[in-house]
Amino acid sequence: MITLDHITKTFGQTTAVDAVSMEVPAGSVCVLLGPSGCGKTTTMKMINRLIAPTSGKIIVDGKDNAAVDEVTLRRSIGYVIQQIGLFPNKTVEDNIAIVPDMLGWDRKRSRIRAAELLEMVNLDPEIFLKRYPKELSGGQAQRVGVVRALAADPPVLLMDEPFGAIDPINREVIQDEFMKLQARLKKTIVFVSHDIDEAVKMADRIAIFREGRLIQYSSPDDLLAHPSNSFVADFVGTDRTLKRLRLIKVEDVMVEQPCRARADDTLETAAAMMEEAGHISIVMVGPLGRARGYVTLDGARCKRGTVGEHHDKLRGVVNVDEDLRAAVSMMFTHDITWLACVDDDGFYKGYITQRGITHALGATYRDS
Amino acid sequence: MAAATLSTSTVLSTVIRLALVAGVFALGAYWESTGLLPSIFRHTDDVVYLIGQHIRLVAISGVLAILVAVPLGILLTRTPFRRYTNFVTQFVNLGTTIPTLAILALSMSFLGIGAPPTIFGLFVLTLLPILLNTIAGIRSVPPHLIEAARGMGLTQRQIPFQVELPNAAFVILAGIRTALAINVGTATLAFLIGGGGLGELIFTGIDLMDPSMLLAGAIPTALLAILVDFLVGQAQFWLIPRGVNPLR
Repeated sequence: MITLDHITKTFGQTTAVDAVSMEVPAGSVCVLLGPSGCGKTTTMKMINRLIAPTSGKIIVDGKDNAAVDEVTLRRSIGYVIQQIGLFPNKTVEDNIAIVPDMLGWDRKRSRIRAAELLEMVNLDPEIFLKRYPKELSGGQAQRVGVVRALAADPPVLLMDEPFGAIDPINREVIQDEFMKLQARLKKTIVFVSHDIDEAVKMADRIAIFREGRLIQYSSPDDLLAHPSNSFVADFVGTDRTLKRLRLIKVEDVMVEQPCRARADDTLETAAAMMEEAGHISIVMVGPLGRARGYVTLDGARCKRGTVGEHHDKLRGVVNVDEDLRAAVSMMFTHDITWLACVDDDGFYKGYITQRGITHALGATYRDS
Repeated sequence: MAAATLSTSTVLSTVIRLALVAGVFALGAYWESTGLLPSIFRHTDDVVYLIGQHIRLVAISGVLAILVAVPLGILLTRTPFRRYTNFVTQFVNLGTTIPTLAILALSMSFLGIGAPPTIFGLFVLTLLPILLNTIAGIRSVPPHLIEAARGMGLTQRQIPFQVELPNAAFVILAGIRTALAINVGTATLAFLIGGGGLGELIFTGIDLMDPSMLLAGAIPTALLAILVDFLVGQAQFWLIPRGVNPLR
């Protein structure tokens, strides 16, 4: 856990950081967000004392960081910068092993660790260990930069716009990889960004800075739903509610265990099920429960036969693990108002409707 | 395409090499026929002795210059002195414009004649380019590398050795390469202040209007300069890690 207690930094006459107090819970990602010159990077750099605070206290995992020798402190905190900063004179292996080497790890152990870490970010150690940074692509270098910070297994990670210099397509990929890694490692991360989308995607908590002051510190959903003032509202954008779609999983909004028809059910049975549930269509499942197709109430009423003979193909199917953004996008693509939700193996789990999504997004306003 | 280019250039360089060998052979044969070559070889004993002396001058002044210039360059790029770096660079630049002969003459007026003023003069001449390149090399290391190093907990003492010097090494060695090659040539002037070396044959040859003596001094000097350049070039190629070596 990281606690900032009335941290202030002044450079001459200007106050870069003004009495910031906040707490980053252990194992969570906190994104410091704001326009350039707002004090977010200065705040982060005070955590590993690259910049000394003018006043205030920072406590990292129970220890006042001013009481620890600064070199020892920095070796216990992973650090990733936007320019990556891999040392061109060292191989990937030696770059990753820098901190372990300084901590006096056994050489064999640190090199095995380097190979393990490369595998964690899907880089083949056979190929990459002996390469030099100039022989890496931007995305590969950034992955190495991230695992280098993880080499000595520090509980805390500081990241200064680590994915800022990567092209948008690779950035998404690396962000996703990093989130998977974080789900496993549960590091306490302070992450500086100026990109609201990145913040919403990565953060457990977002801290919005303006002119050295902490304006709002809350969960991404809370920030988007209830910006505390017009500056935050402008910063997060007029489409802030749409951004919230990303934060909610299909699973959380879908109607679970709905009624379903089988191929050998007659259309009358299907129509009866729909009438009972008040639905205008019903999903047909296969023998094991996989979503196969659907029939509409109108169709079931005016035809005769079994569901299997008259079903239509499902136009949209969404995985329960996807976020609402993917679901809405699919609805818009296919011009439909509901989607069948399936798990990884294709089993029918529930359905999701546009109304349901609107309702879910609006819930936070109705309660308050 | 790449293979074709490669083979063309290989063929070309082989042709050039063969032509060179043939040319040198023809020149040798011509000189032999004019009697120049035998008259040059009359000076063999002198040449061997003077080459030794010449190398001594170059080696002592060169090694001293490296030992002073590189640490001085590192020192001048440390934070407390960094604001003076520009001033020092300009001062040193000014120093390099002073004619070589003037430096030798000045050092003679302080240290008398013989080897010491020569070594001192050569030392000053060699020091300046090495110092300039050391400063330039270290300053060309991107600031974000230093920031990453600090952020990971490298100490103030580790940063120059693990980050700055390895990344500046190519530029520093380039400075050493040029400086030593110039040193070899300049060391011929040592004769003028009684320092010895191959200049003895060259200047005496000029005075006596004896081209064979002149060449007996000039040819080994040139070969020595080429050899030094080649050796430092090889060191540059092999000693500097592949990651920061533009030659590899």
